[in-house]
Amino acid sequence: MFKAEDYMSKDTAWCPGCGNFKIREALAECLAELKLSPDQVLICSGIGQAAKMPHYIKTNGFNGLHGRALPPALGACIANRKLKVIVESGDGDTYGEGGNHFIHNIRRNPDLAHFIHNNQVYGLTKGQASPTSDPGMVTGVQTGGVAIPALNPLSLSLVLGAGFVARCYSGEKEHLKETMKEAISFSGYALIDILQPCVSFNKVNTYSWYNERVYFPTIKDQKNWSDAMKLAREWGDKIPLGIFYKNPRETFTSSFKFLEGEPLAFRSFDPLDTSVAQDDFF
Amino acid sequence: MDVNILVGGAAGQGMDTVMNLLGKTLVREGFRIIYTKDYMSRVRGGHNFSRLRISSQTPWTTNETIDLLVALNKETYDIHRSNLAPSGRIIYDSGLFQLPDEEDRGVPVELEKLAVEAGGKIMSNTVAVGALLAMLGLETEVAGELLVEMFSGKEGVAEENSTALKAGYKVASSHCRACFPVTRRADNSKKMFIDGNQVLGMAALASGCRFLSAYPMTPSTGVMNYLASKNGKFPVVVEQAEDEIAAINMALGASYAGVRSMTCTSGGGFSLMVEGLSLAGMIETPLVIIVAMRPGPATGLPTRTEQGDLNFIVHAGHGEFPRAVLCATSHEDAFYRLNKAFDLADRFQIPVIYLSDQHFADTHRSLEPFDYNRLVYNRYFATEQDIEKPYRRYTLTDSGISPRIIPGKFSGEVVLVDSDEHDQDGHIIEDGQTRKKMVEKRMKKNIALSAEMDEPDLYGDPQPELLLIGWGSTYGVIREAVDALSALGKKAAMLQFSDLWPLPQKRLKSLMSQVDYSFCVENNVTGQLAEIIHRETGLVIDQKILKYDGRPFSSNEIVEEVEKRV
Repeated sequence: MFKAEDYMSKDTAWCPGCGNFKIREALAECLAELKLSPDQVLICSGIGQAAKMPHYIKTNGFNGLHGRALPPALGACIANRKLKVIVESGDGDTYGEGGNHFIHNIRRNPDLAHFIHNNQVYGLTKGQASPTSDPGMVTGVQTGGVAIPALNPLSLSLVLGAGFVARCYSGEKEHLKETMKEAISFSGYALIDILQPCVSFNKVNTYSWYNERVYFPTIKDQKNWSDAMKLAREWGDKIPLGIFYKNPRETFTSSFKFLEGEPLAFRSFDPLDTSVAQDDFF
Repeated sequence: MDVNILVGGAAGQGMDTVMNLLGKTLVREGFRIIYTKDYMSRVRGGHNFSRLRISSQTPWTTNETIDLLVALNKETYDIHRSNLAPSGRIIYDSGLFQLPDEEDRGVPVELEKLAVEAGGKIMSNTVAVGALLAMLGLETEVAGELLVEMFSGKEGVAEENSTALKAGYKVASSHCRACFPVTRRADNSKKMFIDGNQVLGMAALASGCRFLSAYPMTPSTGVMNYLASKNGKFPVVVEQAEDEIAAINMALGASYAGVRSMTCTSGGGFSLMVEGLSLAGMIETPLVIIVAMRPGPATGLPTRTEQGDLNFIVHAGHGEFPRAVLCATSHEDAFYRLNKAFDLADRFQIPVIYLSDQHFADTHRSLEPFDYNRLVYNRYFATEQDIEKPYRRYTLTDSGISPRIIPGKFSGEVVLVDSDEHDQDGHIIEDGQTRKKMVEKRMKKNIALSAEMDEPDLYGDPQPELLLIGWGSTYGVIREAVDALSALGKKAAMLQFSDLWPLPQKRLKSLMSQVDYSFCVENNVTGQLAEIIHRETGLVIDQKILKYDGRPFSSNEIVEEVEKRV
């Protein structure tokens, strides 16, 4: 049996007060409560502060390239369907550099949980706008303020057919942990956009800014797409949290019948068994 | 016996269908053939043609001279008439166009009309095959069997095609039955009729490749098509990625998680993969990448051939890390060479790039069945007894190769890989000492890797005065050039590289000290192998014979150039 502390593997390089700490704690508690041993879990990430998670949570880890957390996660899902695959990266990594993978993996619907640490700013490169920065935010690059609308990951993922769409806030750790548990247990692609204050570079979306706005709406029917869309688009004076949509559909790997049973990675192979393939050419 | 056929028409007229039916028929009849394609990057219109050469031994190249020309449109006749042998004949669709009055080599066959009578215009090609068989002095039984196999489950379609085949046969027989008789071979052992991409797909399957992620790109797409056609019959997953960046990163994820993985592309797509290549080097995760070259820069000539990416591929990727670059001299060699690529990738935990090109990828040849007992299959995973616990992915060793395990295989042990510089556990580091050790660990693999590189193939005079140096798919044409030069009394030989990087140097150095003249023969404008040889060994190749019009060499071109310069 693992306790939450067993998953905490290393000192972090995050700023004191960073929203990432609570996300990490929630994840460790979530894994412990789901009784997942570290060797059964794989965390894939890209590059950024959030993407350091594989170093700070003791499980299998693939800390790859900026923007490219999803593709190796998909490959791993295919190679070993028994691994619990989690993808953790930031808003710039996921929605900017990795936008194409974000779009197409929602379509594919692999069986993985995607936790995006959305602090609406670039932290590792010190404070530029991210795809989710609100218009008007002034940075060292966007000197006249962000001039283009923010990307809304929740409405986008709903439009693309995601089966699990949720918003959490790192200031609501208990809710985050419970939502993570549901996302990991969900069959198919599960997205949690986690609002996370960046104490060093985002002077707009602070803890107090979020605390004044977040609330938990009553969601009567998690399969009601239109209601989910309304919640997804609510942003400003009030910001709803919760699982807006939960409605499983066929997963990517289930379309390959031969992936059932023993994971591909553990199956034996003999080249001679394939020599029959030559018959096509006689 | 040497008969050269050219079939030409517009894109969309179904040249592939004619050639596949004809090619397979001829191989089953016991002949040895080669079939090459010259096609445009368009789906309809333009001018496409295919050449097929029949011989008693599998030919290495096709001939410029045409014995039998099949003109599906008038343009084909206009373009290729000058290469038609005086004794040659032209099968043309006399229902659609006429040849000039002075042209007396025509064999009028109303291809389209006969096809419509048999059941549909789409079978014009089958009518043409029937006509060709008549002129070669063959019967229609074997082609008829093939049609039944091709359309199994669709008896009506097979029947209609069979009618079309016989109609073409009958009309052509009335004009010139057996005007190019091909003599039957005694050797009736089973031979395959297969193209380069299919050989590579089959080799990947036979090497235990379980995952291919790729973005379609000519001329590599045939590899994807081949493996996708095996979905369900073998446990191999083919995923069409959203872009080449996704393709290489997916393959790396699958490889990390324990399955043999591959991606395939051409130069432009490989450009997008380069960051992923560097990642493979850093996280020491095995990966095979097939790059089928076509002329660049940028989109270049999508359906043509070139050897223009060698320098790029040997040096691609930021930072320094070991890699292997292999190519093959022939279809036979390619089967075992790709198997070697998988083996090297797993053994050394490195990316291995297999260089193909359009000419190789699209050329069909008749081949002996492969010897599956020659294939190597070893995954080099560490057992639970081999590893120290807790497991460390990047344990420092004398060889630089760390014991590798499959994530999730051993209870309690985790596998962490990182694109940042890392310590033995895989955790991010920044200190200079660890960095230095990790760089040295990775680069150390080059020592044992270099020893695995095969020396280039030597063909021709064992004590040559004149040496032609090439690599990859030019093997056949340079070999023919050496034969021609030898026939002219020259002491000529060919040195053809398959394993390119790390560059094998021994045989090259010993030969270069003996010969009077050395030539590099390359399908590019700068002589890239010659440059690499110079950089790695200091040796200077005297002369360069280069071709960069997007077309493969002919042996005549090479011989003429050599004669001019010696």
